[in-house]
Amino acid sequence: MTITEPPGSQRTVNAADTLHYQVMWNRLISVVEQQALALIRTAFSTSVREAGDLSAGVFDPQGRMIAQAVTGTPGHVNTMADAVPHFINDIGPERIFPGDVYITNDPWKGTGHLHDITVCTPVFRDIVGADGTANETLIGYFASTAHVVDIGGRGYGPDAKEVYEEGINIPIMKWAERGRLNQDLVNIIRVNVRESDQVIGDIHGLAASNETGRRRLLDMLDEFAIDDLIDLAGFVFDRTAAATLQAITGVEKGTYTNEMVVDGYGEPVTLAVTLTVADDGMHADFTGTSAVCPRGINVPLGYAHAYFTYGMLVALAPELPNNFASLSTFTVSAPDGVILNAKHPDPVSVRHVLGHFVTDLCLGAIATALPDRVPAEGAGALWNFQASARSADVSDPRPPVEILMFNSGGTGARPRLDGLTSTAFPSGVRTMSVEATEQVGPIVIWRKEIRPDSGGVGEQRGGLGQIIELGPTEGYQFDFSAMFDRIDHPARGRHGGGDGAPGKVYLDDGTPFAGKGRQIVPEGARLVLELPGGGGFGDPADRDPEAAQHDRVQGYVS
Amino acid sequence: MGGIRIGADVGGTFTDLVIERVDGTYASTKVLTTYDAPEQAILAGVEQLAVDEGIDLSSGVVDQFVHGTTLATNALIERRGARTALVTTEGFRDVIETRTESRFEQYDLNIVLPEPLIERKDRLTVSERRDARGAVLLDFDEDGARALIEQIADVGYESVAVGFIHSYVDGTNERRFRDMLLERLPDISVSISCEVSPQMREYERFNTVCANAYVQPLMASYLVRLRDQLQARGIACPLYLVHSGGGLMSVESAAEFPVRLVESGPAGGAIFAADIAARYGRDRVLSFDMGGTTAKISLIDDCRPATAKTFEVDRTARFKKGSGMPISIPVIDMIEIGAGGGSIASVDSLDQIRIGPHSAGSDPGPAAYSLGGLDATVTDANLALGRLHPDTFGATDINLSPGLADEALARSVGNRLGLDANTAAVGVVEVVDENMANAARAHAVENGKDLGGYTMIAFGGGAPLHAARLMDKLGLDELVVPSGAGVGSAIGFLVAPFSYEAVRSFYTSTHDFDVAGSNAVLDSLTDEALSFVRPALSAAADVTVERQVSMRYKGQGWEIPVMLDAASPFDGFAAELLSAKFTKAYEEFFGRAIDDLAIETVSWSVRVSSIVVAPERIELSSVPESTLGATSTRDAYDAVSGTRLPTAVITRDDLIPGVAIIGPAIIAEAQTTTVIGSHHVCTMQRDGALLVTRVRVDQQGARS
Repeated sequence: MTITEPPGSQRTVNAADTLHYQVMWNRLISVVEQQALALIRTAFSTSVREAGDLSAGVFDPQGRMIAQAVTGTPGHVNTMADAVPHFINDIGPERIFPGDVYITNDPWKGTGHLHDITVCTPVFRDIVGADGTANETLIGYFASTAHVVDIGGRGYGPDAKEVYEEGINIPIMKWAERGRLNQDLVNIIRVNVRESDQVIGDIHGLAASNETGRRRLLDMLDEFAIDDLIDLAGFVFDRTAAATLQAITGVEKGTYTNEMVVDGYGEPVTLAVTLTVADDGMHADFTGTSAVCPRGINVPLGYAHAYFTYGMLVALAPELPNNFASLSTFTVSAPDGVILNAKHPDPVSVRHVLGHFVTDLCLGAIATALPDRVPAEGAGALWNFQASARSADVSDPRPPVEILMFNSGGTGARPRLDGLTSTAFPSGVRTMSVEATEQVGPIVIWRKEIRPDSGGVGEQRGGLGQIIELGPTEGYQFDFSAMFDRIDHPARGRHGGGDGAPGKVYLDDGTPFAGKGRQIVPEGARLVLELPGGGGFGDPADRDPEAAQHDRVQGYVS
Repeated sequence: MGGIRIGADVGGTFTDLVIERVDGTYASTKVLTTYDAPEQAILAGVEQLAVDEGIDLSSGVVDQFVHGTTLATNALIERRGARTALVTTEGFRDVIETRTESRFEQYDLNIVLPEPLIERKDRLTVSERRDARGAVLLDFDEDGARALIEQIADVGYESVAVGFIHSYVDGTNERRFRDMLLERLPDISVSISCEVSPQMREYERFNTVCANAYVQPLMASYLVRLRDQLQARGIACPLYLVHSGGGLMSVESAAEFPVRLVESGPAGGAIFAADIAARYGRDRVLSFDMGGTTAKISLIDDCRPATAKTFEVDRTARFKKGSGMPISIPVIDMIEIGAGGGSIASVDSLDQIRIGPHSAGSDPGPAAYSLGGLDATVTDANLALGRLHPDTFGATDINLSPGLADEALARSVGNRLGLDANTAAVGVVEVVDENMANAARAHAVENGKDLGGYTMIAFGGGAPLHAARLMDKLGLDELVVPSGAGVGSAIGFLVAPFSYEAVRSFYTSTHDFDVAGSNAVLDSLTDEALSFVRPALSAAADVTVERQVSMRYKGQGWEIPVMLDAASPFDGFAAELLSAKFTKAYEEFFGRAIDDLAIETVSWSVRVSSIVVAPERIELSSVPESTLGATSTRDAYDAVSGTRLPTAVITRDDLIPGVAIIGPAIIAEAQTTTVIGSHHVCTMQRDGALLVTRVRVDQQGARS
C-alpha cells in the first residue's frame, strides 16, 4: 500500500487507498479553513468577525460542494452550496476564464438577503493531456459569503415592503474578468451603499480569501501529485452519503408533523412542517405555514432549508461534514407564497428571525422519534440591537453612528442537561464586549446580566435569558429597528417541562415597545430588553433536589 | 560567584532540571513531578544533579536559579484555588458566566459550557460607572462598598478580585475599593483588573483578574516555600520565575501577578528555539515542541518569539477555541493541539482515523507501556512501525511491549477498518502528522505568514520522531534537532532575558490623533515595565525598550501590531507616521491596503528587557566530512517510500561533527529519537545539533 512518494514521482491513484484519501480530505478541509480565516482577519463587518456570519467552501467543476469550513454559520449551510450551480449556469460555461471572479447578493441565488455577498472564483490548472500538451483545465471553484456592513436601501431592518427598498441587488456577474477588476460595478456599488469603503473592502476580502484557497489547493495537488479533484470528490461523496444514510436510520421511517406559533410582525405567524423520513433521505414540507408578511421578515426557501438541515445534522449526525452528499440527503418543499418560501420581490431583510425558528420547528417534529435527543424549544431568534444614533437636537448636528449588538436568550433544556443561559442557538453568533461597543458608539449599556426565573421549569431547567438596559449618551437619540420575537409566544417546554419566560421590551419609564419595527429611544431614556428563556424538559417534580438548591443559592431561581 | 546556573521546569508529568556549568555546557535530569508539593521534585532533582556533577551546593556555587511551573495552570484547571469573591460594577455581575454567549461546538446539542471560575453567589456588585473615555457616570458608592466589605469579612473569603467597567481607562475606583478592603482586612489577597490586565473587553479582563486572585494565595505560599528550602540547601542566589511572555520576573512580582506564570513551560521552549535560531542566524523559524499530550507550534521571526495579548487556559473540548477561559496577558503566540505521544487513536462514523484530544498520559500510558492501557496511541504506532524499540527507548524504567501495541492498534483502529496493525499504525502517524501540519498552516495564515523558507527546530520528547515528515508536509527544506532537545524548555529558561511587557488599551484615530494622550500612555507603560525589570539588574546595565501599538482600520475587529521607532515622543506628524507604518504592515499581511479609511489604535505595549549576550554564531553545514555506515539496522516504516525498509540505527552520542547519515535512519538518544526518511540526510553539527535536509535527486535519479 502506498501512502506517499517522493516529490516529483508520479503516483498511481489506487481507489482502495483509503488512508491516502483520508489525508487528502483532511487537507482539503484545512484549505477551506484557511480560506475562512483569511476572510475573518480582514472583515469590516461586525457580524462576520464577531458572529462568524460567513462561509467558505470548495466545489467540483459541476458546482457540487466537496468541503466547507467549519467556521461559519448554519444559515449558509445549504445556501452557499446551492449558489455555485447558479453561478455556473448564469455566467455560462463558455464565459468562465482563468482569473475570473464572480459575485452576487441575490437573496434567492445566494444566502437569503441582500446583506450577504457571495463571491465565487474558478480554479484552473495546467493538465498535460494524452498528446503531451498542457491545457488550462477548470478543476473546481471556491466560494465564500460574508454579511456586509450595509447594502443601501432603508438600512438593515424589517420595515421594507419590497426587496427593492432593502438595497442594491447585484445579479450574478463578473467582479473581475481574466484578472481585470470590473470598475463599473465597483462604482455602482460604491454610490449605492453607506460605508462604501468597508463594503468594497469586504468584497475584496472575499475575493482574496478565495484566492488563498485557490493557491493552497494548487499546492496540495502538486504535493499529492494529482491532476484534479474528481477522484477525491467521489471518495468524499461516497463516504459521506453512506454515513448520512446510516445516521438517519436512527429515526423510524414515517411522517412527523409540528406547528409553532411565533410573534411575526404585526400578527402571529404559524410555522408548520411535515417531515418525511424515508430510506434515502429526509424531506421537510412547510405546507400549513402562514402566508408571506408585507414586511421584511420573510424567508427564501433556501434559508429555511439551511436551518432544517442544520437541525437534523445536530440531532442525528454531528460528526458529518457539510458537503454535497450530506446536504442532498435533506430536501424541502413549500407552497409558493408561504412565509418560509418568499419569492421576489417579497422583502426578506431580517429573514433570520423566522429562519432561526425552523430548527426548533423541525426538531420538535422528530422529538417523539428521538425522545432522548431533542431539547425543548429555546429563545431561538437572536435579540440583535440595531440602531442608528442620531443627534437628539437638530440644531446641534452630530455625525450619525451605526450600532449593532448581538444578544441571546436561553436555549431549551436538553433531555439530560439544563438549557444554556444566554447562549445563541441555532445561530452561532458571539456577543460583543460592552466596553468595545461603548468605545465605538454613543451608547451606555447600564446592565447586561442574567434574568433570574426566566428558564422554563422541568427536570432539566430551560436556559435563562438576560436583562439589558441601555441608552444613548448625551446629545443623542436612537432610531432603532426592533427585530425581537417570543414576546407573545414563549418557548414551549417538552415532556412536562414549563415554558420559558416571554421576552419584554420597554423604556425605563414603563412605556412598552413593539417587538418589530422602527422606534425612537429618546435622549435620557433607557431601553430595557428582557430576553426570553428556554423551555424546560420533563416534570419539574423530578428535578434533582441538589440542582434545585443550587439554582436558589446562585440566584438563578428566586 | 560560582558561575553555575540552574533551570527547573515543572511540567505535568516530569520536572526537568538543567545545570549550566561554568564552561557554558549543560547537564540535565528528569524526575517525576510531585503534585502536592512541587518543590520536593525540584530539590530531589537538584541534589541528584549536584551529586552527578560533584558540586557542593552549600558552597554558594549557584549564581542563579530560574524556575517555570505549570502549578498556576493546574490550579486553574483543577479548580484548586482560594475561596475568592469578585467585586464588579452593578449590572455586570454575570460577565464571566455569560462569556461570549456562544457555543464553541456548533454541532453538539449536549455541549457543556465551562463553569465560571467564581460562581454567581460569590460575585458581588457595587454602584459606580465610568464611560469609555473615563468620565464618571455614577459616583463610586462608598457606603455600599463598606457594606460589601463587611459581607466579604463575614463569609471569610481568602482572596478578592476587583473588576470595574472601563477601569483600563481609569482605575481610581478599583484602587479605592482595594484600599478600603485592605484597611478593614489587612491580610486578604486582592487583585485589581487595572493592574493585572488593563485591556479593554470586560469578559477577558474580569476573567484574568479572577484567575490571578484565585491562584494568588497558593502561588505566594509555594514560592516562599521553594525559596526557603533552596536557601536551606545553600542556594541563596536570586530565584527568578519565567513568565508567559518569555522573560524572567522576580519572586515578588510573580507572587503579586501569578497569572503571568501560566504558560511558562511552553514559553521556555520558544525562548530555547529563538536562541538556537540566533545561533544559526535563521530569521524565520518554526518551533515544533511535542510532548506526551500536546504539540505546540510557534513562528519565530528575527530570533524573537511574537507575543499575543490573550490566550485560553483549559480548553476542555478538543482544544477548541472558546472552550477554555481567556487570560489577557502578554503570552508567546503559539498554537497548541491535542497531538502527543500519548494521544489516543480512534475511528469515527465516517471510518476516518482520529487522533486525540484524549491522551493516555503517563497513567495508564500507551498500551505498549504494559501499565494497563488498552487504547492505541501515537507512541504505540511509532513502536509498531519500528521507529521506537524496546532496546533504545529512553526511559529505562518502561518496558515497551510491541505485542501490546499491535493488539491495541488492532482493537482501536485495525479491526474496524480491516487493516493489519502495521497499516493501522501507518494511518495513525499519517493522521497525527497531518493534524500538526494543518495546525501549523492555520497558524501561519492567522499571522499573515507564508511558511516558505522557514527552518524547523524540533524539541520535546516526541517532536524529533515526527519532525522530518512534518518538514516534508510543510514544504520546508531544513530541520534542526538541537542537543538537549528533550529538556529544551528548561534550557530556554537559562537563556531568557529579564523582561516585562506592559499593555494597555487606549483608543485614538489617525483622523484625530491624541498626541499628548498617546505619549502619556507610552511613558507610563515604560515606567511600569522598567519598575519590574530594573531591580533585577545592576544600575549600569542597559535595557532594550520595544514599543508597539496595535492598529486596525476603523470598523475592523482584529489588530495588526506595529513597532514604533526609538523612544522619541510623538509630535504633529504622528498620525502620518503611524498611517504609513500600518499601511505597510497591512499590505504585508493581506496583500492590499485600503485608501482613505481612518486607522485606529487599540492597545499599546512596551516591553523592557535586559540585553542577553548573543549566542556564538555557528554556520549550519550540510556538507558532510564523512559518512557513517550503519553498525546495526532494523526494519522500520519509511514515510517517504511508503514501505518498510532496512533502517540504520545510530546512537546520537556516537556521532562526531561533520558526519552525515543517509536516510532512512533512526538516531536514538536518552530523551528522544530522531527519525529521518529515505530522501533525507542528517549532518551532525559542531555544537551537537542534527541538521536534516533532503537529498537532491538529479535527472538520472542518482543522489548527490
